[in-house]
Amino acid sequence: MSARGSAAAAAQDGAADDALVEIRDLTYSVGSRKIFDGLNIRIRRNRITAIMGPSGTGKTTLLRLITGQITPDSGSVVVEGREVTKFSRREKLEMRKRMGMLFQNGALLTDINVFENVAFPLREHTNLPERLIRYIVLLKLEAVGLRGAYRLFPSELSGGMARRVALARAIVMDPAMLFYDEPFVGLDPISMGVVLRLIRQMNDALGITSIVVSHDVDEIGKVADEAYLLSEGRVAAAGTPRELAASTEEAVKQFMGGLADGPVPFHYPAPELVAQLMERNKK
Amino acid sequence: MTAVLTDLWASLRRGLETLGSMAMFLGRLLAYTPGAFLRFPLIVQQVFNAGALSLIIIMLCGLFIGMVLGLLGVDLLQRVGSEDALGAGAALSLVKELGPVTTSLLFAGRAGTALASEIGLMRATDQLSAMEMMAVDPVRRVCVPRFLGGVISMPLLAVIFSAIGIYGTQLIGVQVMGVDAGSFWSQMRAAVELDDVMEGVIKSCAFGVSCSLIAVYEGFNSMPTAEGVGRATTRTVVISAVATLVLDYILTAVML
Repeated sequence: MSARGSAAAAAQDGAADDALVEIRDLTYSVGSRKIFDGLNIRIRRNRITAIMGPSGTGKTTLLRLITGQITPDSGSVVVEGREVTKFSRREKLEMRKRMGMLFQNGALLTDINVFENVAFPLREHTNLPERLIRYIVLLKLEAVGLRGAYRLFPSELSGGMARRVALARAIVMDPAMLFYDEPFVGLDPISMGVVLRLIRQMNDALGITSIVVSHDVDEIGKVADEAYLLSEGRVAAAGTPRELAASTEEAVKQFMGGLADGPVPFHYPAPELVAQLMERNKK
Repeated sequence: MTAVLTDLWASLRRGLETLGSMAMFLGRLLAYTPGAFLRFPLIVQQVFNAGALSLIIIMLCGLFIGMVLGLLGVDLLQRVGSEDALGAGAALSLVKELGPVTTSLLFAGRAGTALASEIGLMRATDQLSAMEMMAVDPVRRVCVPRFLGGVISMPLLAVIFSAIGIYGTQLIGVQVMGVDAGSFWSQMRAAVELDDVMEGVIKSCAFGVSCSLIAVYEGFNSMPTAEGVGRATTRTVVISAVATLVLDYILTAVML
């Protein structure tokens, strides 16, 4: 076990009350499809927690539940000791001022430039003088290495640059929690390395609690302190990334090893191939 | 028969639900409206987007409709020997009816679709979700300025449409067809009263509210897919056109 893994395990044993986010017996359905069925997760302070799982297991939905964008069918979502499901709209907005989120595609506002995108939360929530806003925005852009791009518009940025600008925007209000939704999708190796390093740096330097939703096992394993593997609406496995990689459970082995077949079947349910090929007058 | 009735009932219910949802959305827009004026530059920007960028098409259509009115008006009025009434007839029809209604239909096609697709694309690209995550209500920040921009633009565009339309009628009727200029303008001044102008202004304000509401509502509630945005844009034009004509009838009947 790595030094970071050992530290995580020790902390888990010793500090049961340091959970920043706690999800208990959560169920959530979309139509007749059950996304979560008795989900239990604890996200601890100042850690990078990875939420992993195959596509369609509800990883992004989980972030939306934690941030109060959607409401579960039952169960509880406790953030900083307060039940999110009982929050009014105003309370949810207040809670989100202490959160930052990096969306899969960056979700930058396309009608304003990089500087204004990063300044957006400051302009909305503070009455800081223009000089100070400029100071903060340029420092945040410097942190992600894009101070020189402050005049560019989102359409002029590459995917990796857009995500770094979005990261600068996510941390501009100095949040307590930072959510990353598939931060590595579509990035070239250089951009991926930069984003990985930034995730670690942001977490350690700013004392942020980070939750990273990803299915990039190798990449997320490099920075996460703890990881949860979701499957069929529940936590299939939890521990350090190294512990998950060493797991002998079939579902965990299949996901961590990238095996085509296993508890999660490769083929969508279908009739026998030959029988279907021989069928006439059917599409 | 039962199946048909069931379908009809389901359609009626869906329609009523949409209407109710739209009314609640309008309530939210109006609740945020006083605060929106504190950030006036955002509204000015949207007046530019919805109004100034629609000016060319509004002026062009106004000119040609006015010119057609000139041609048809002279032809019709000559048959009864009263072509001097051309100015009065054209001005009344433009100010009370053609100006507000045509402007509204053009607005729905130009600015309404732009609003719906812009907000729909913001939904599809997670920009609205990002705002929610930044503790910013997208209805307040995105929808209200656009709604107000449309509401403010519509009467201004209708006035410009009517003015250009009258110029077009004059151009054809007086300059080309030989109607007496003095009679044209004096008959117009005598016939058009403040109430007539107000009727046009009230209509265009009502159309401004309905078209802008439909555009921002459809965009905001569109499915976050290419098809969803396309559908929202189409629905904006269709519903706005129908709403304009239905409202026009109601308002005309009330103010007659």
